[in-house]
Formats: sequence, structure tokens, C-alpha cells
Amino acid sequence: MTDQASGSIHSFYVHTLGTPGTESLFWLCATLAVFGLGMRLQIRLGRAPWANPVLFSIILIAAALFVTETPYATYFQSVHIINFLLGPATVALAIPLADSIRLVTKSLPTMTLALLAGSVTSVVSGIALVLLFGGSHEVALSMAPKAVTTPIAIAITSQIGGSPALTAAFAILGGIIAAMIGETTLRRLGITDWRAHGLAAGIAGSGIAAAQVAQRDPVGAAFAALGIGLNGLVTAILVPVILHFLPG
Amino acid sequence: MPEAFFTLLVFQLIGTAAQAALNLPVPGPVIGMFLLAALLIWRKSRASRREAHSPLSPDSEPGTSAASPALAALSRTLIACLGLLFVPAGVGIITELPVLSANALPIAVALFGSTILGLMVTALVMHRATTGGAAPEKLPDTGGQVL
Repeated sequence: MTDQASGSIHSFYVHTLGTPGTESLFWLCATLAVFGLGMRLQIRLGRAPWANPVLFSIILIAAALFVTETPYATYFQSVHIINFLLGPATVALAIPLADSIRLVTKSLPTMTLALLAGSVTSVVSGIALVLLFGGSHEVALSMAPKAVTTPIAIAITSQIGGSPALTAAFAILGGIIAAMIGETTLRRLGITDWRAHGLAAGIAGSGIAAAQVAQRDPVGAAFAALGIGLNGLVTAILVPVILHFLPG
Repeated sequence: MPEAFFTLLVFQLIGTAAQAALNLPVPGPVIGMFLLAALLIWRKSRASRREAHSPLSPDSEPGTSAASPALAALSRTLIACLGLLFVPAGVGIITELPVLSANALPIAVALFGSTILGLMVTALVMHRATTGGAAPEKLPDTGGQVL
């Protein structure tokens, strides 16, 4: 796009869609439209997990913000009601969880083991890989709690001296990666049980990966919900302990 | 529908209030989720105990939810578009682009490596232990593959 074209889009936006009366509606509509398109695309591609609608939406909205020269804070303010719904949606995971309670209590010992193993693996490999490939100490610390649901991850990272903004970005990117390649990778390993898929998504990819599994299967949703909740708890306790044993 | 939404918001409120009052490390909505699940499970077990006394007990058929139909429907709707709710926060990545691109290699390797490792270790432990024991319960849609 030429500067002139982008300039005229910008001035059109400022005088019509970006006015105080229309701005919020415009970005709400844009976000819903783009996500709807992303979902249709994913369905069209045979529900391929790699065609992740969250990533698709983030890229298109980011491009739109760039063209219209809208600051991220303005965008977030405009669509904060979507972000607000994350709260009730998280509570809503209680329903598949309650409906799968027999399966959950049955696999409780196994789940505990898998939870601890997955949690430690995530934290240690995150720190180790950053340092191994020449990343800074701050990046490594911010990477440590990235598999946990964002609010807990931010609390942990500020406690250990990482950057909350970086951790939030890692949590979202990690979730997108888990959503895109998780199911395929696990199926290739011969794992077809939705309990294992759900728990792994909740523990290694938190909300975004859980969203991918939850829309596929209710048992997966239940175990993903458990994975998110329990991994938050375990990681909050584990990260300070693990860092204690780390050099530097 | 208003009742179902009320239920979700009230449990989020209780969870958030509990988190603030007790200084818990877990976010309010997650606490609310566990509390609502506990309530639903308790109510269902009470109901099935009562039904056990009647000769015509329709022993909790699969497919019946512990939640009211409206709450079950709202929950399904919200969960179906859960991904959408992450978009506003996700776009925030653009504010971190300078730091991300300055450390692109270690960040990319660690994000991919650690996420895949975490997924595989969790799922493999879960898988080994569940297939090692007694025959697993029949599970819905496992992609055609029997465990």
C-alpha cells in the first residue's frame, strides 16, 4: 500500500468510523467480523487446528490498527466488553467439568502425576531454551510461567522479576502454538484420549489451546478447565522453588 | 437466559471477592469455576440419591447435564466462541514487538520447544497411566482409534 492510499484510509477513518460515537462499535464489529471469517476459514479447511482463528484475527486487527493509526489502548478500550466476557466464560467451564466428574475422579492420581510432570517440564524447558539460545535473563524469567493462564502468569512474573507485558505476550503466543499443533502432535504419538488432550492443552497452552479442545469435545473441555486451574496453582508454587536451584 | 448469566456472574463475583479477601494466588473466575462445579456436582448427587428411592428412576442418562438447560446452553455458547474472547488481549502483542524481534531466536525456540514438550509430557504421562490400568471407559469421539 502506498503512503497516499494509507493516508486517505486514515483520514476517512478519523472523520467517519473513528469518531467518539462510532469508534467502539466499529472495532467491535471489526473484531467479530474478522473472528467469524477466521472460524469459517477453519471450518472450510476441514477444522484444521493450524488455521487458528485467534491468530488470524490478531494479525488482521493489528494491520487495521496500523493503517488507521489507532493506538492499541484505544482499541482495547473499544472492545473491552469482549475481554470482560472472559470472566463468565471461564466460570462456564464449570458445566462440562461437573458433567464429567466421574471421569475426573477416576483419573485423579494419574492426573496429579501428569500435572506435576507437565508443569515442571514447561517451566524448566522454557527457561533453559531461552538461556541456551542467547536470550536475556529477563526474557528467560518472563518465559518461566508462560503456560499458565494470563492473570496468574503475570502475578508470578512480577514476583520473580520478569516483565508482565512480555509474559502476557508469551502466554498468548504459546497458547496459539499449542492450539495449532497440539492435537496433531499428540495424535501422531498415538494419543487419542480426550482426557489427555484436554489436560495437556490446559496445562501447556492454557485458555487459547483449551478453547480449541473445548469446542471439539465436552470431556476435553472438562479436563482443559481442570488443567488451567490446577496448573496455575502448581506453577505459582513451583516457579520460585525451581528458580532457587537455578544458577545465576 | 438472564438467570443463567446471573449464575455465571455471581460465581465470578464470589470467586473474585474470595480472591481479594483471602489473597489467593488463583484468579477470581477460576475460583468461581471450581465453586460452581462443586455446587452442580453436589446438587446432582443429591437429586440422584432421591431418585434412587423411586422405582422409576431414570438413572442419570448420559447427555443430561447437571446444569439447568438454560445454563448448559449459555455455557456451550460461551465455550464455542472462547477463542474470540482472547483477541482483545492478543492484539496487545503488537506493543511488545520491539522486544520480541530483538530476541526473536531464543523466544521462538523456547515458545515452540517448551510448549510442545509440555504438551507431550502431560499427555504421555496421562496416556501411559490410563492405558496401563483397567480397560478405559468408552469415550466419545476419539478419532475412530480405540485406545
